[in-house]
Amino acid sequence: MGRFAFVLRRPFQLIPVIIGISLITFVLLQLTPGDPVRVMLGSRASPEAIQEMRTRYGLDRPVIVQYGYYVMNAVQGDLGQSLAFRSPVSKIIAQRVAPTVYVLVYGLALSTLLTLALAVPAARSQGGFVDQLVRLVCVTVVGIPSYWIGLMLIMFLGLQLKLFPVSGFGPDPLANLWHMFMPALTIALAITPILTRNLRATLVAQMNADYVTAGRSKGLPESYVFWRHVFPNSLLPTLNLAGVIVSFLIGGTVIVESVFNIPGLGQLMVRSVLTRDYFTVQGVTLVLALGVVLTTFVVDVLTVLLDPRVKL
Amino acid sequence: MTAAVETSTFQRRARRAPPTLVVGAFIVGTWIALALLAPWLTAYDPIAVDVTNTLKPMSGEHWLGTDSFGRDVFSRLLHGARLDLQMAFFGVVGPLIIGTAIGLLAAYYGGVVDALLMRVLDVTVSFPYFVLVIAIVAVLEPGLRSYYISLTLVNWVTYARLMRSQVLVLKNAEFVLAARTIGIRDRRIMLRHILPNAIAPSIVFVMTDAVLTIVLGSSLGFLGLGVQPPEPEWGVMIAEGQVYLKQAWWIAVFPGIAISTLALGFSLAADGMAKLLHAAQ
Repeated sequence: MGRFAFVLRRPFQLIPVIIGISLITFVLLQLTPGDPVRVMLGSRASPEAIQEMRTRYGLDRPVIVQYGYYVMNAVQGDLGQSLAFRSPVSKIIAQRVAPTVYVLVYGLALSTLLTLALAVPAARSQGGFVDQLVRLVCVTVVGIPSYWIGLMLIMFLGLQLKLFPVSGFGPDPLANLWHMFMPALTIALAITPILTRNLRATLVAQMNADYVTAGRSKGLPESYVFWRHVFPNSLLPTLNLAGVIVSFLIGGTVIVESVFNIPGLGQLMVRSVLTRDYFTVQGVTLVLALGVVLTTFVVDVLTVLLDPRVKL
Repeated sequence: MTAAVETSTFQRRARRAPPTLVVGAFIVGTWIALALLAPWLTAYDPIAVDVTNTLKPMSGEHWLGTDSFGRDVFSRLLHGARLDLQMAFFGVVGPLIIGTAIGLLAAYYGGVVDALLMRVLDVTVSFPYFVLVIAIVAVLEPGLRSYYISLTLVNWVTYARLMRSQVLVLKNAEFVLAARTIGIRDRRIMLRHILPNAIAPSIVFVMTDAVLTIVLGSSLGFLGLGVQPPEPEWGVMIAEGQVYLKQAWWIAVFPGIAISTLALGFSLAADGMAKLLHAAQ
């Protein structure tokens, strides 16, 4: 029972991180030039409306109290008012979560396939030609900016070969498998080198472990040893990278959504920065950071459930 | 005798230099040379508009064609190298110095400072890196200076963590205890005894970080949040070529190749340095 108690205990360990995140996003808005109320309501707002906003967000109180208001409002789902969209920030964010999550998950799925296709042969030919080739591919791909990869895909697969549509996110999830293929591939290419390097290293380490030598000396076929022993034992360490990967993926969607014109959170972030829509910037930052924390938490729980040795 | 021994050691070192390091250093060196010599290698002004010469394909006159403003792409590419190399350098140096100093102090003295550092690390890591950089740029204003500031604010934690893990081991090493026993001051122990022994992983990471910094900086340029047009930054050039993918592919394609090769150079150098470090230990 002991290790399941952790699932209950772990959320409390996240509290300092979440407080930190709220502090940073709060300070970000404090540092913006100008009066946030004017930013929210525009320069032609009436004095009464301005006063009402001030009271609502506690902006006429000391900074510490303002922080209290910010946290209380955020907990209740009130992230302020967007000037550019003339509607609550939380509403705009809610509308744009789906495309981002779709592209993220799709990209992660493609990347998993690519990683397996690269890391497994590399590890099995450890030090050989395939291994060197895979390493070279990873080193090269990691330095190619993903927005450029996206544009090249648009140019070759989209405009010249006309294989895939160059933009558009529809309401139909199945059609989106088709429409979102190039964006997802772009994201997948950005994270595959990291995952491949990691999985390959773990596989190699496992292949040299004592229990594997024992299996071999028992006369088990090499492929049996690999797929039944080495491979399952190598997945957990790679799964533990999830926090880093999700953070990377989200950075990737910011770019990919801009290149492929996908109406998600990343595109919203960039547009809000350019239009100085600070409350939206703050809200998106907060939501994305909480997303990373939540994912890391889920992965931690999964690790405990999958591996009885892990105690946290 | 001594001289002969030294030479042979040196030769052995040189022979041991991994090929990836040699190739990587060559690529980066070439880009640095091209950047420095840019004004002498091309006759065209990278910014001056020439409306009679827009969207011209590659030719003897314009080696890599011209863009929608009639500017020579080759000239912009070389002058852009100055901006992107500068981004790689200053984007890495600030975090390296600040992060190393904080990591060294926190790990050496421990206690509250170290505990605080660990909490800051936890929080920063939970932010999507790129989103945090963009958010800070948003608060300041799009441009190169904001990019350096936000990168330093976000990235120092990586170096602090690298340094911290090294110092935690080293501060109880025998040579440090010996130095303390004979009464050497903390400051000197940190700077002369611990730092030189702890810095190697950070230096290797600098190369990897340079790749991330170039890709990130040019991404900001691409999104309109970094270097502003008409400056010939590579990300900015790609953004300008985005609209002309069909009619004038060369505008967006060549800057992308430039970024990729420069990043590859740094990656290879990092790979080689990591091997060298591994062999030395």
